[in-house]
Amino acid sequence: MSDALFWHRLHFGFTVTYHYLFPQLTMGLALLILLLKWRAFRTGSTLHNEAARFWARIFGVAFAMGVVTGIPLEFQFGTNWSRFSLFAGGVIGQTLAMEGMFAFFLESTFLGLFLYGEKRFGPRAHLASAAALWAGSWLSGYFIIATNAFMQYPVGHSIGPEGRLQLADFWAFVLNPWAIWQYLHNMTASVVTASFVVAGVGAFWSLSGRNPEHARLALRTGVIAGLIASCLMVFPTGDRHGKLLAEKQPATLAAMEGLFESKPDAELAIIGQPDVKRRRLQNPVVVPGMLSFLVYGSFGSTVTGLDRISEDQWPDNIELLYYAYHVMAGLGTLFIALMALAAVQLRRGRLEKSPPLLWALMLAMPFPYIATTAGWMTAELGRQPWLVYGLMRTADGSSPQVTTGNTLFTLLGFAGLYLVMGILFLYLVGREVAHGPGTPHAQAVPSGETRLTGEAA
Amino acid sequence: MEAIWFAIVAGMLATYVVLDGFDFGAGFLHLLVARNETERRTVLAAIGPVWDGNEVWLLAGGGALFMAFPGAYAAGFSGFYLPLMLLLWVLILRGLSIELRNHVDSPLWATFWDANFALGSTLIAIVLGAALGNVLRGVPLDASGVFHVPFFDSFWPSARSGVLDAYTVLVGVFTLLALGGHGGLYLAMKTEQQVHDRSLRAARILWACAGALFPLVTWATTRVAPELLETAVHRPLVWILVVLLLASVAALVMGLVKGNSTLGFVGSAGTHFTLLGTAAAARWPVLLRSNLSPSFSLDAFAAATSNHGLRVALTWAAIGLPLACGYFIFLMRAFRGKVQLEAPSHPTGHA
Repeated sequence: MSDALFWHRLHFGFTVTYHYLFPQLTMGLALLILLLKWRAFRTGSTLHNEAARFWARIFGVAFAMGVVTGIPLEFQFGTNWSRFSLFAGGVIGQTLAMEGMFAFFLESTFLGLFLYGEKRFGPRAHLASAAALWAGSWLSGYFIIATNAFMQYPVGHSIGPEGRLQLADFWAFVLNPWAIWQYLHNMTASVVTASFVVAGVGAFWSLSGRNPEHARLALRTGVIAGLIASCLMVFPTGDRHGKLLAEKQPATLAAMEGLFESKPDAELAIIGQPDVKRRRLQNPVVVPGMLSFLVYGSFGSTVTGLDRISEDQWPDNIELLYYAYHVMAGLGTLFIALMALAAVQLRRGRLEKSPPLLWALMLAMPFPYIATTAGWMTAELGRQPWLVYGLMRTADGSSPQVTTGNTLFTLLGFAGLYLVMGILFLYLVGREVAHGPGTPHAQAVPSGETRLTGEAA
Repeated sequence: MEAIWFAIVAGMLATYVVLDGFDFGAGFLHLLVARNETERRTVLAAIGPVWDGNEVWLLAGGGALFMAFPGAYAAGFSGFYLPLMLLLWVLILRGLSIELRNHVDSPLWATFWDANFALGSTLIAIVLGAALGNVLRGVPLDASGVFHVPFFDSFWPSARSGVLDAYTVLVGVFTLLALGGHGGLYLAMKTEQQVHDRSLRAARILWACAGALFPLVTWATTRVAPELLETAVHRPLVWILVVLLLASVAALVMGLVKGNSTLGFVGSAGTHFTLLGTAAAARWPVLLRSNLSPSFSLDAFAAATSNHGLRVALTWAAIGLPLACGYFIFLMRAFRGKVQLEAPSHPTGHA
């Protein structure tokens, strides 16, 4: 694999995957923090306010990581994918530019106010800045998803005189049906990640006998939000997204499911290893007819398999796509089971007296990250061999004059830098979790504890 | 329509330089004007709530360039591949320095991030200047519409020059001095006592050096891109900007001499903005100048997306840009006045 395209793909794949480890936490956490703040504001509960403050500290570190790892991505469209930028910039540039103007300014303004302005601006303004932060981060998510949705299912464009894409219908582009379902699916996933982290930290405190009141609140918040979000992942968001896939990207669906043959009563593969050369699934464990039912609502319907699609339209890494999808779907199912069990015990008031369940909640923390990453791999590998589905092949999108040497050099640089940042992140968050809520051990950021002399006037 | 977007993109990038410029300048001066823990926390507190928003202007400006002129975005960013990647790494490290420094109370931890912050800010200021130098001097864009520049090649400006040659390094040094002066005035405006005095002194020295270097930079610019001056003198907008530039410089000088840091800062911001604006107005409609032949230069008309796309974007930009400016004013008002640390560095440490 010494071809330039491979390294360009790995370059973007690595940096975007790493980046998204942070926003998936902060977007979900923004919602949970807002709920805690709202509760504190309405009832005057110090416990909820302290919890919000604790999670805001975690949020601050994760948000900083998300911001700095996000900056390269916008540049990479131009640096590594210049032919794609030239081809599609007139359309996807719209949403990317709007993200900057409408979401990033909002977020960055209220982040400062939210993290350091509680004392100075009072509870009402603090709640408002939490709400603005949530709105900004979720808006930012929409613009990015709309951009990706265009690449998955291009709408609202026309082809200009020089063969470049141009905007034809703004609203069709921005309100792409693909974007709406993908967005809901994705944002629910970020709530799952945040809920599992909150519940997992609560379980850790509970098991180690620290901060009992906060442990209880974190468990309750994480388990309730986690159960709701895990269920919404499957239905309706995952379900509707899958049906769109069957309609617009049948090759992707067939490859994800390892369905090599078109047939009625198509089976759903639970386990099995795709053997692409022989066009079959090895060691399959399947549910007969289930795939037809999930896609079309009836067991008899025929699902298109890879046999009806010409090979030059097949995703180029069917094995990885198949596993990515199965890891996502399998974990998603386990999440519902775990959170349902925890919710039952919570309801009976016995969650904190069930150490095995607490252990499971604590150890489950990394898995939503894996599921989300696998989900995005499913979307991106599934789109192959297209960069913009049906319009531009991935092989035609990279920068012609950027050599493999340059791409590899910068990929290694990012890998090293991101490794250091990952260690820093875990260290800082680990310290916060070990320290727990209550008085912060360091003045989080300078401006927080500042008072302005000019204000008296 | 192309002209409007040329102006918007240029305006947004100039705003970025003015805003993030003062926190690069503050970073450049960080170790010099702030000598102990309290002073260093004061410097960071002065830029803490605003630096992230300032940096958004880069992203938003880049996004606008991508949308309006995909051709320039594609050719320019891939052509400057390595320098841009190195810039990104420094931006990442510098951003982390500001955000992570105060999370752990340890002198070693703080010292590391302080040094990182100062070094990163200094490098970025030089690189931004060198980038401007490259844009003014031009790049080896040929008939294929793409180019690749090495870091160094011939040090004297020619068609074979790399990213760094005598001219771009000169612009880089000038930018460091001017942004250092800009940051010094910002710190003088936001701080008191020792930090204020040192910042003001630094601003005076740096702006004096930048002023002394300016004729040389101007002369060199007319040598590497002679057509710039020829077109500039025929454009009324350039003359308007030059008048505004002179007014800004007057305010800057008055502020520096009288020790009025607010006046000086406003003048300094105006100087940066109008200087960049003048260059952009003189340069229109060229986005990427070819130093091989003018016929290979990429202009706004060739690089732009469809008229319909630009018109739609203008509609939402008419809402978005005032909002962005509104947030900035709101934030500046919210954190107005001098920074004063309430609890001068007696960290509670781990319980």
